[in-house]
Amino acid sequence: MTSKTGVPLLFEISSPGRRGYRLPELDVPEVPVDELIPTEYLRQQEAELPEVSELEVVRHFTQLSRLNHGVDVDFYPLGSCTMKYNPRVNEDMASLPGFTAIHPYQPEETVQGALELMYNLGTYLAELSGLHSATLQPAAGAHGELTGLWIIKAYHEANGEGHRNEIIVPDSAHGTNPASAMMANYKVVEVPSDERGGVDVAALRKLVGPKTAGLMLTNPNTLGLFDENICAIAEIVHEAGGLLYYDGANANALMGIVKPGHTGFDVVHYNLHKTFSTPHGGGGPGSGPIVVSEQLAPFLPWPVVAKEDGRYVLKRPEKSIGRVKSFYGHFSVLVRAYAYIRSHGAEGLRQVSEAAVVNANYLMHHLKSLYHLPYDRHCKHEFVLSGKLQKEQHGVRTLDIAKRLLDYGVHAPTIYFPLNVDEALMIEPTETETKETLDAFIAAMRRIAEEAENDPESLKSAPHYTPVRRLDEARAARQPILRWKKE
Amino acid sequence: MRYIPMTDQDREAMLASMGLSSTEELFADIPEHLRTAGGLDLPPALSEAELIRHMKALASKNTNLEDTISFMGGGAYDHLIPAIVKHLISRGEFLTAYTPYQAEISQGVLQSIFEYQTLIAELTGMEAANASMYDGATALAEAALMACNATRRNVVVLPDNLHPEWQEVCELYLKNQDVEIKYLPYLEGAGTIDHEALQSLDEKSIACVVVQQPNFFGLVEDVDPISEFVHSAGGLLVMAVDPISLGLLKSPGEYGADIVVGDGQSLGNTMSFGGPSLGFFATTGKLVRRMPGRIVGETVDADGRRGFVLTLQTREQHIRREKATSNICSNQALNALAAAIYLSVLGKEGFKEVAYHCLQKTAYLRRRLSEATPFKEKFTAPAFREFVVTGPVDWEAVNEALLKDGFLGGLPLKRFGMADAALFAVTEARTKDEIDRLVELLGGMS
Repeated sequence: MTSKTGVPLLFEISSPGRRGYRLPELDVPEVPVDELIPTEYLRQQEAELPEVSELEVVRHFTQLSRLNHGVDVDFYPLGSCTMKYNPRVNEDMASLPGFTAIHPYQPEETVQGALELMYNLGTYLAELSGLHSATLQPAAGAHGELTGLWIIKAYHEANGEGHRNEIIVPDSAHGTNPASAMMANYKVVEVPSDERGGVDVAALRKLVGPKTAGLMLTNPNTLGLFDENICAIAEIVHEAGGLLYYDGANANALMGIVKPGHTGFDVVHYNLHKTFSTPHGGGGPGSGPIVVSEQLAPFLPWPVVAKEDGRYVLKRPEKSIGRVKSFYGHFSVLVRAYAYIRSHGAEGLRQVSEAAVVNANYLMHHLKSLYHLPYDRHCKHEFVLSGKLQKEQHGVRTLDIAKRLLDYGVHAPTIYFPLNVDEALMIEPTETETKETLDAFIAAMRRIAEEAENDPESLKSAPHYTPVRRLDEARAARQPILRWKKE
Repeated sequence: MRYIPMTDQDREAMLASMGLSSTEELFADIPEHLRTAGGLDLPPALSEAELIRHMKALASKNTNLEDTISFMGGGAYDHLIPAIVKHLISRGEFLTAYTPYQAEISQGVLQSIFEYQTLIAELTGMEAANASMYDGATALAEAALMACNATRRNVVVLPDNLHPEWQEVCELYLKNQDVEIKYLPYLEGAGTIDHEALQSLDEKSIACVVVQQPNFFGLVEDVDPISEFVHSAGGLLVMAVDPISLGLLKSPGEYGADIVVGDGQSLGNTMSFGGPSLGFFATTGKLVRRMPGRIVGETVDADGRRGFVLTLQTREQHIRREKATSNICSNQALNALAAAIYLSVLGKEGFKEVAYHCLQKTAYLRRRLSEATPFKEKFTAPAFREFVVTGPVDWEAVNEALLKDGFLGGLPLKRFGMADAALFAVTEARTKDEIDRLVELLGGMS
């Protein structure tokens, strides 16, 4: 049923009168609706929801799931996304009724366990980052970036320096960095990379000035390289009066090895769905807590969890920027991340980073004879290859290489990013993969390199063995069909 | 360590194949003075069994609403969740995937988002919806920004009876974009927006007027005059709606709304202390290219078969960087999947029934409270699933007392500056017996 025609939409198998769920009988005396709500406020046009049985819904979504690749299915070396194993016990823990069936406005006395967990998680993140205090409210990494920038803005304004309206972003930065800066109404200034892949320090020196509000940086950067000049970079930005923002997307490389706060960063965000193994869920929910230095702590969004006389309470920091979302953050994601940290301890987290770095270097070392490696030095948790040899010599593009990998049962790396590498393939194996899986990936990449040479057409028409073949994205954008419609 | 499969032998072999003798050599580029000396100060590692014991102990310090009967709302609701929701969203192929960048091996997530978009478009009566936002509050803030961009105007009109936390979130997003917020008062008696106050606004500067339906007090707004006003002013109508109410109340599409947002926790997601839920976001065909967030579209593959892809991506941060319509990247895909499963299994009739039961049970509590207690309803406008009760009592103390009898009472509005009032919510999950017992307890407290 799924192979030739695809899975039909639920709307297409709908049958009038069919039911999938039954409510309890209404046990209160009924009043005519128009006595409660005037008729002109009532819906005239029905919502066309499907009419299907419970089993049909179960089969439908089970069939759909089988068309999908996940970490549970096979290797997922999607650079910058840290697709590591998501421990199942953490799912069980997040499902405890004491964590799922609690209302955000319950009296504090009745949620002491939840507040304790949040308080301690904030403390652990502060310890990992080498900074002072945390907010767990941001919903995702990009939301953490925005929150951090709002805090930086509030800080400058409080110091009478509201004229600082520029955020410096490296050309290798994640797209969210400049987009977040735009959302916070900053002007984005791009700093180029140097020949070793780090920030061009000389160029940075020329860019900073009285308008500099801050610099956003990830370290290791999106090339997977540790920027050895980080202290000089921090000094240049700080001397100009700016602050340093750490995009923690790549934090899986350095846990227990380097604390970002000790390298000069003032604000750090963590992606709990990356570094701390909470499931990516097909695109979310993520969670992007931020940790800040002591001088920025008064500006944190409210509420934050504090401990007073052995009780946990929700407080408003003195100069709080306000609220970045409803309630307190993605609590059940926090539960999973907390469980992950408690399962590992200090030594375990350091081992995670070390193994992630060994795995990435192992892949890089064995692939660099097959694909161009623009920056040939030890990487951290990920690295970036270029498909430019294949493009120049055989007319095969990185997109074709990526699509062919799908035929080998592997999710493709992140492609065409970072922007400062031509035909980029960004590969992040994570620490939870076996040597055998890595070797199989190397073998697949070798075969693809051979195919590029001997049979380039088979790559250009790849994938061949996936549930659907290559999809026409141009058509989707030109004539958007964004929903099913009743005929 | 538990989740690291690398054996000592593996490590040695891998390092040797790279011509290295120790892991340390891979970190040699990090200056010594930047290294974390002495390790991290974290509690010792727990085995799985120890972790379970520890987590259960923490969870048991919370009063959970499976054992306690809740009449609390204010943005998070105790609705029934069909058992299959949890089972289906727990499938590893959904749970452990990320954003469907490689469409050929992500048709499961892509098609389910396409179905979710359709369901949201149907509920709201709009032409298109995106793949989700973080929550209702951030979705509203982004809707207001989108309205400013679409109209090239910079005044956003928010009603005073919009959820106070949503007001705060909008203030943060908007003031940092130099957008001016004007507040519309509500009528003291009715509790709904004072339409006459609209006349005092400068029409030419209005990007949008926001209406929350039902409003924070649970009351149904008369939207038509607002829709007429804002459209004749050349602005947009933005509606923030409770999705459950759409099983009964006129849809935003029927009111001529231009952008519709809301929080989708009620659609098959647990309350989980306030998150994660999802924000839904829908709009007209005309404005679709200004929408923030991911959008899935239908297309065909090389063999002409139907398939689904992420589309209209030139709006997004990974392509447009600082020129994107938003910075959003990760969204609430798994929560949106839960909503899609919920709406599918409830179906056309079941979904209407949920709204009908909420309305009838809420009406029953309102009636019983007025008959059997001295408490009064604060407002006169029609209520859907929530209503405000007033009385000369300390509502926080009332709740403390109710908790002893296994009830979580209404939300005391003291935190929002209304000391004598509480906001009660009654979902389809409550029974007549529970409502009767609540009334009896409250009767004894006045």
